[in-house]
Order: sequence, then C-alpha cells, then structure tokens
Amino acid sequence: MSILTQEQTTQLAQHAGNIRQEIVKMVAAANSGHPGGSLSAADILTVLYFHEMNVDPNQLDNPDRDRFILSKGHASPVLYATLAEKGYLPKDELKTFRKLNSRLQGHPSKKLLPGVEQSTGSLGQGLSSANGMALAARLDKRDSRVYVVMGDGEIQEGMVWEAAMAAGHYKLDNLVAFVDYNHLQIDGNVEDIMNVHPVDEKFRAFNWHVITIDGHDFEQIAAALAEARTVKGKPTCIVANTVKGKGVSYMENNCGWHGTAPNDEQLAQALAELCGQGGDK
Amino acid sequence: MSNETAKKIATRDAYGQALVELGHANKDIVVLDADLAKSTKTADFAKAFPERFFDVGIAEANMIGMAAGLAASGKIPFASTFALFGSLRVADMVRNSVCYPNLNVKIAVTHQGLTLGEDGASHQAVEDVALMRAIPNMTVIMPADATETKKAIHAAANTYGPMYIRMGRPGVPVLFDDSYEFEIGKGVQIREGNDVAIIATGVMVHIAVKAAEQLAKEGIQARVINMATIKPIDADIIVKAARETKGIVTAEECNIYGGLGAAVAEVLCEQHPAKLRRVGVEDTFGESGTPDELLQKYGLTAENIVAKAKELL
Repeated sequence: MSILTQEQTTQLAQHAGNIRQEIVKMVAAANSGHPGGSLSAADILTVLYFHEMNVDPNQLDNPDRDRFILSKGHASPVLYATLAEKGYLPKDELKTFRKLNSRLQGHPSKKLLPGVEQSTGSLGQGLSSANGMALAARLDKRDSRVYVVMGDGEIQEGMVWEAAMAAGHYKLDNLVAFVDYNHLQIDGNVEDIMNVHPVDEKFRAFNWHVITIDGHDFEQIAAALAEARTVKGKPTCIVANTVKGKGVSYMENNCGWHGTAPNDEQLAQALAELCGQGGDK
Repeated sequence: MSNETAKKIATRDAYGQALVELGHANKDIVVLDADLAKSTKTADFAKAFPERFFDVGIAEANMIGMAAGLAASGKIPFASTFALFGSLRVADMVRNSVCYPNLNVKIAVTHQGLTLGEDGASHQAVEDVALMRAIPNMTVIMPADATETKKAIHAAANTYGPMYIRMGRPGVPVLFDDSYEFEIGKGVQIREGNDVAIIATGVMVHIAVKAAEQLAKEGIQARVINMATIKPIDADIIVKAARETKGIVTAEECNIYGGLGAAVAEVLCEQHPAKLRRVGVEDTFGESGTPDELLQKYGLTAENIVAKAKELL
C-alpha cells in the first residue's frame, strides 16, 4: 500500500520542479552558489515541507512546530527555494541571494531569515543543534519533531559522530537525520577523498534506526518518514541515495557543479529540462 | 569589602551553588557538562535536577551545539567545562552555532589560566579571553570572588545573549559581601586613590588590592578597579581613571595579547591616551606547579604590579 496518493505525488513533483527551477535561477542570478548539492536534496526538502512537517509560515514562533536544519548549509538555495515555495518569503526575493543587504546569505542565517531554525555552513554542526532542539521538545513534553539534512562529505566531520553518539544515547526518537548520499564532494568522489561507507552500519552502531532509500522517490521518502514516526527509543537516520545535480542533465554526477553558477545558455537549458519534470514554464 | 584574611572559596564552588539556586528559580535553566561535573561543580545541579542535566561525555563540540539547540527552543543552557575546552577547542561552534544566531547560551568555564596548576600548559587556557572577545555578540565575564561569581551567574541567566563566564579552580579570598552590586558591563572601583589606577580582573583582583596596600605604605595612593566584564568593557571608568591618575596598570591571568590589558589599551588609545603597563602572562605557555608557584614565576604578583605602577609616577 502506498503512502502517497497519485494526486499527492503529482503535487510534490510540481513543488520539486518549481524548487529546482528556482535553485538554478538564483544561483545564476548570483553568479555564485552551490547548485549540485541543492538539487540532490530537493526531493527530500519537498517531502519534508509539503508532506511531513508541521510548519506554517504564518506561525513562525509556534513552539509546537517541527524544526528543520540544513546542516549542509552550502546547499542554501534548496532551503531558500523551498521556503519561498512554502510562502515564507516572496519568490522574487530569491534574486537577492548572495547579494549585499540580502536576507539570503550564502549560507543560512537564523537571525536574518524567518523559517531558518539554525545558522549553518560550517560543516558538521547541524546535528548537535538538532539534538538540543529534540531534547528541549522532550523536556517541554511537546510533539515537535526535528529534521536534519547532512551531506555525505559532511559526515567526515568528527563532530557529527559526537552528535550521533549523543542522539543514540539520549534515545531521541523525535529526531530524523537524512544523509544526502550523492557521492561527490568538492575535491572529487567521497569514496576517493575519504570513504564514509558504510553509512548505515555506522549509524546503527550508534544506536540509530536506519532506513536506506532512493532519495528522489517521493513514495520512499514519505514511507521512511512515516516509519520513523513509529520508531520508539531511537533516532532515525535516512540514508538517501541521491544524484548530485539531479534534474539538470549536464550537472548530474559532475562534481564541477558543486559550487559553480550556470551561464545564460546553461540556465535556459536547465529550465527547459526542469519544465518537463513538474516545474512551471 | 570584607577582610582579606577571610576564608577562601573557589569561584567554581560558587558557580555550583548558583546553578542550584537558579535551578529552583527558573525551570528553563538546563546544564550541560562534558565529563567534568565534579570538577566544574555542576554535579550539585545534576543531583538536584537530573532531568535538566546532560552529561554529553568527552565531546565538547557537540555540547556547544546541543546548548545552541536547547537555547533555540527557549532553554537557558549553561555549558560547562574547563576554560581551554570551552573556548579554543570549540571556537568555531561557539562562533557559528551560538554567536552568529545570537542564541542565549552561557558557556561557563572553570580551571582558568595558570592557576589551574599542576596539569600544566596543555590545560592552562591563557588565550581564551582574547578569542572569545573577538567573536561578535559574545559577552566575556571573569568574576573576582565567590560573591561576584554568584551574582554574575544570576545576571547571566537573567540577561539574554551568548556569554563566556570564566572561573577558577583554587580558592580565592572572598572580597565582597552580599551588598556588593554586580552589573554586566560595569567596572567597580573598590579602592580610592588618585596617583595610579590598577584595573584588575578575576583572580588578580585580590592581588591588585594587596599591591595597592603595599603602595600605600610608600605613600602612593592606588585606585583599584575590578573589571569583571572584559567585553563589553566599561570605557567610562577607564577614561575617568586615566583623567584622574598618572597612569594605569592592568592585571589579569591571561595572555597580555587580547585580554583585559589589550581591551583597556584600545579604550585609552581611542578616547584618552594615557600611560599603561600590563601585568599578565607574557605570551608564553605555562607549566606544572602549584597555583601560587606559577603566579610567582610568571610575574602575576603584587610586587610586579607595584613595580609597574611606580614606572608611571
């Protein structure tokens, strides 16, 4: 039995397509930014914000809201585009990304942009903040859940494993961490630079519930999140196998698009391709 | 001020007591420690409020990040460890997870500076104040005695923002009674005098008082100012001292680069140029020894303050 109806899947595809279009547009407008790791995480954020999380841009300070932390803060375009799609900010503002006086800093700033739950960018720090939020929810007996997206390269940071140990120790079953496993980091293949495999066994060893999925399959993402809600006494790690640059043919699996902006011609091609994937014309 | 011969209490002991008081007063107070609860004296809080105490193990980076997350959800976390591990080891986490989003995290460190003693240079943070002072949004406080520590911890809990509160391991004389008024960002003149001014912080305050007493015997009246808040520094009291005396000696248990002496120098150069001498750790690492032996060897003494003060006359 599927979690999502056909209609829901169609709507999610529409949102994801719009988000992907905004990602490439904003990086192009800034002539700066990180499209590859943004596109790889787009389907995960889409399901989180449009299916899973209890969040409302009109109730920013609701203490019962769910929290999302983009630990891989360089993928800020996917967060900004998702927040804009959800109504936290006007889509027009995405043009100001990485420009002076913008709320859309190169990496997310909690102080500047409502909806951003923690400032990130210095890699490896998001999961620890998530631990604190999950503990606070438990102390206050709230139903809030906390979601984190980390990169596969990011988990090379030692602090991630301090945090993973603590989340397992404190049995934070209101915490879900995604590893956006796209196999590429700035200098090349994750497996060549510093092999993080096996990710699932590592988290299991730290007393996490682990689910491995295709991170571009809405049904699998939604099912994993539903499963996480049923897990008691353990945090859940969702190892999401993804494609860096997903949705833009020339960016896919190319680490050159980690932190490079498309030119006008490349942007036009990207937008044309994404139109066929649910994105608006 | 009470008598210098009064009993000695470690500022870390006062920290432990203050935490328990706060725990009763405010249910949002939570305490984190990194396997040093007996040393940092958070163990008393852990015993009284086990559900609000988190020993994260030997993992300071995660402790700072967890404190950030707790603060983002409305808690008032006191993250405790030794000064070295709560500053230099976790500088990036303090900067990016706490200070950049301006979260209400109190980093309360003990075992400051040389007076940590026998563990030696690897554990003696003398650079931490310089580092913490350089991070935007951070307040840096170094209480002088047990009374001031309690008041500073209460003030920290009741004032929003990231704070670094630096305390010590060995007992220090109790200088102030309960009528002493502590305010974040305010220096306090604790001895009158218009020949020279000694501006001291932390463990050096009672030593500065001793120095002033020695100077008085030679007919030199030294004003003594307790500067418990290093950032934001109380510029007014510094400028006033510069106007009304022949010069200023600073005294701190930190590297002279970046600490209290540097902060005072910045104010003087910009607002009222005056003669300045700095007593502190002179850009060197410490070593093993008793706290008193180390203070002697590295020149953190009343005699050195006296000598520097005389250079100004």
